[in-house]
Amino acid sequence: MGAVFRPKREESADRSAGDRQRHREKVRSSILDNIADIIAEESIIGRSGDDIIKVPIRGIKEYRFTYGDNAPGVGEGAGEEVKKGDVVGKAPGQKGKGRAGQAGQEAGVDYYETDVTLSELIDMMFEDLDLPDLERKDLRAIESLRRTKRKGYRKVGIRVRLDKKRTVLAKMKRERSKGMRGPGVRHTHPVPTAAGAAGPRLPFSQHDLRYKHRTMTVHEESNAVVLCIMDTSGSMDTVKKYLARSFFFLLYQFVRRRYESVEVVFIAHDIEATEVDENRFFAKGEAGGTFVSSGYSKALEIIADRYHPELWNIYAFHCSDGDNFGSDTPTAIKAARELCSLANLFGYGEIKPRGAGFYGSSLIDAFKKIDAPNFQTVLIERKEDIWPSFKAFLGHERNRS
Amino acid sequence: MTETIDNLRAWDERISEAAKAYGLDCFPQEFEVCDHNEMIGYMAYSGMPSHYPHWSYGKAFERTKTMYDYGVSGLPYEMVINSNPALAYLMADNSFCLNVLTIAHVYGHNDFFKNNFTFESTRAEYTVARFKTHADRVRSYIEDPSIGALKVEALLDAAHALSLQCRRNLSIKKLSREEQKTLRFEASLPPKDPYRKIHRQPDHTPPDLRKVPLEPDEDLLLFIRDHNPYLEDWQQDLLTIVHDEAQYFIPQIETKIMNEGWASYWHYQIMKNLDLPEDLRLEFIVHHNQVLRPHPGGLNPYHVGFRIWQSIYETEEGPGPCEPAKPTAGKEALFRVREVDRDQSFVRRFLTKALARDLGLFEFTPRRGEYVVSEVADEDGWETIKDTLIQNVGTAAIPVLKIEDADHRGERALLIRHAFEGRELNLEHAEKCLMYAQRLWGREVVLETVLAGKATQLMYNDDGFSTKRQG
Repeated sequence: MGAVFRPKREESADRSAGDRQRHREKVRSSILDNIADIIAEESIIGRSGDDIIKVPIRGIKEYRFTYGDNAPGVGEGAGEEVKKGDVVGKAPGQKGKGRAGQAGQEAGVDYYETDVTLSELIDMMFEDLDLPDLERKDLRAIESLRRTKRKGYRKVGIRVRLDKKRTVLAKMKRERSKGMRGPGVRHTHPVPTAAGAAGPRLPFSQHDLRYKHRTMTVHEESNAVVLCIMDTSGSMDTVKKYLARSFFFLLYQFVRRRYESVEVVFIAHDIEATEVDENRFFAKGEAGGTFVSSGYSKALEIIADRYHPELWNIYAFHCSDGDNFGSDTPTAIKAARELCSLANLFGYGEIKPRGAGFYGSSLIDAFKKIDAPNFQTVLIERKEDIWPSFKAFLGHERNRS
Repeated sequence: MTETIDNLRAWDERISEAAKAYGLDCFPQEFEVCDHNEMIGYMAYSGMPSHYPHWSYGKAFERTKTMYDYGVSGLPYEMVINSNPALAYLMADNSFCLNVLTIAHVYGHNDFFKNNFTFESTRAEYTVARFKTHADRVRSYIEDPSIGALKVEALLDAAHALSLQCRRNLSIKKLSREEQKTLRFEASLPPKDPYRKIHRQPDHTPPDLRKVPLEPDEDLLLFIRDHNPYLEDWQQDLLTIVHDEAQYFIPQIETKIMNEGWASYWHYQIMKNLDLPEDLRLEFIVHHNQVLRPHPGGLNPYHVGFRIWQSIYETEEGPGPCEPAKPTAGKEALFRVREVDRDQSFVRRFLTKALARDLGLFEFTPRRGEYVVSEVADEDGWETIKDTLIQNVGTAAIPVLKIEDADHRGERALLIRHAFEGRELNLEHAEKCLMYAQRLWGREVVLETVLAGKATQLMYNDDGFSTKRQG
């Protein structure tokens, strides 16, 4: 007896749509949960947006009681002889897998990492932030980038812009109008062959040629500069710098998403401030005391020099452990007020990892005197604080607008 | 398409006749034609026409689809579910020849489902309906405003983690508590003594019959369902559903090599006897070799199974093709084995030294992050390889865990013991599974196992995970 055959249904419901949706939600929330770790752990500040980052996904792995990786398995040869001591693959947990699952229970390798590009990750992070457009003064947008844009077709133009398809169409139209091509003539029209036995042919003429036309558009560009100011005195150890770095990274990424071109300035200071490049900024290990005001003066100097507040949106952030020379604090507050008047947003982050000694002179207290609307202080104790602090920092701006 | 179906139907007539002539004994067969998206959908839900929703199936779908789209892996040629009538899917995107091959292959599986002893308890005639009612029940809990999707998901997450911790050999009857009591009591009685009149009566201390469970229990989900009084009806029902589905799949895990080997063996015999036209025959050989190609470094159950079945036949009959319509000792051996074995016994009984050498089997052991070949199939090594293989096929690849005590330390903690036989548990998985077990049990869960050579207790309670070395 033969089998029953059921033909393909015309339309079938996408039955797994709901479950896929739920799975994606879980992946997404898992990534969001890990963002603090990712930005703290990865050295991503200098990377381009296309770089791929491996993001560990927790919570969406399916668990079963299984044996560990130390148990032996059996494989079969594929033609060539295998000798004792040959390496046939890499054990899981190492990078890259060269071997299929073990015999019998081939559940397949559960992926527990996913690849996302940096820009996807950042998008995801800022998507949830729900921020209004930042203040963008008209004057701060300057006309720059001249871009060309396609706009129709012309009969004159330069050679590289020749549009072959339209040219051929124009020629065919002309043929048709001369009665050389058309419904009635098509069949008798001989096909050109290699032997050259072609019938009457119409060559291209100057009238057939069509060129793509382009026009120039003036593009308005908005500029922003991110001033990263960091205390590199002896008391700023690697852990603190690490936290600062993560914060600067977020700020940079955030600003970069809102402006056409963004410049970053790194200012390292102890008693004196210097402008440095990124590598030195984070690697810099200085000794000695701290004059916070030196960093601010340097920032003001650079703004006056290169980034006129009329043309530039200025974001400044300062990270320190709050250990300032007492005598410098009034000067620092004065400089900070001045920075506030120039910048869109100015923030101070005090980094005090748990367990670190508490220094009597905390700047965060001193800065309470500043009541500028675009000034915000945050306290960062652990890497888990970075994301919430960052949100608070920007949230401040939101409340203001 | 109807043309193709008519054509396939014509081939199916011949194939099913050939299968019958060989002596295959099948359920009625149904084929459904689908496209590759539907196929991936069926694969995600284990082939079931209806199945309850859970994100893990969405994940399976996405993974399969990605692999397929990027050409990492093709889709399986056949997808057939153990039901009566047996239900199989044919992909419209596949070539005609591949679909003919699939039909032949499916009859092999169909016969196996119907006749292998491990499938006896699956009640194939209710399969589709059962999965459908499961789906309906789960959906009703999701739609119930007092329960909702999130609660159902949390419970299913936990239940899925433990579901394969159930009885493996379903043809051994599980005793009821009363029966266990009787047995235990009888065992505690002193042996019958014909001279009891002159011997002093030995002291008889009655066994503790209050202990729960009396005998170690392998069905984790069912035990929790029956002994956690705080579970609500819908929670108990979900545990039942997940357990039922796991039990349904246990026989398929138990017979992967046999089943795939069996289907491959018969599609090969049947197709060879069909007088295929030249072009189809060449394509068939190409596909057949693709299905049976060894997976370097891994183990292709189709290939290993096929070779073992072939060798069983050839041990009786000598090399040569299997002839239809002629009862032979070889065929008798084949049919007997397909009825009474499962992967572990199949490998143990029929993997010979010659076969191990021909297959180029080797054993690998992890060493410093790499898998290093530790044994090859020579005079000394092949038996070690066989033993390792037996440990890795069927349910032997799943650790055996049994519930020992539901009132551990007098605190209603759940004590589970891992039957340690040399292989240590994966700690990451063990930790998470214990978390899920604790979620279901509602109180502390303790797992006794061996880690780094030392008896260890893994514990999960409200404070989280902890371990304790013993001795």
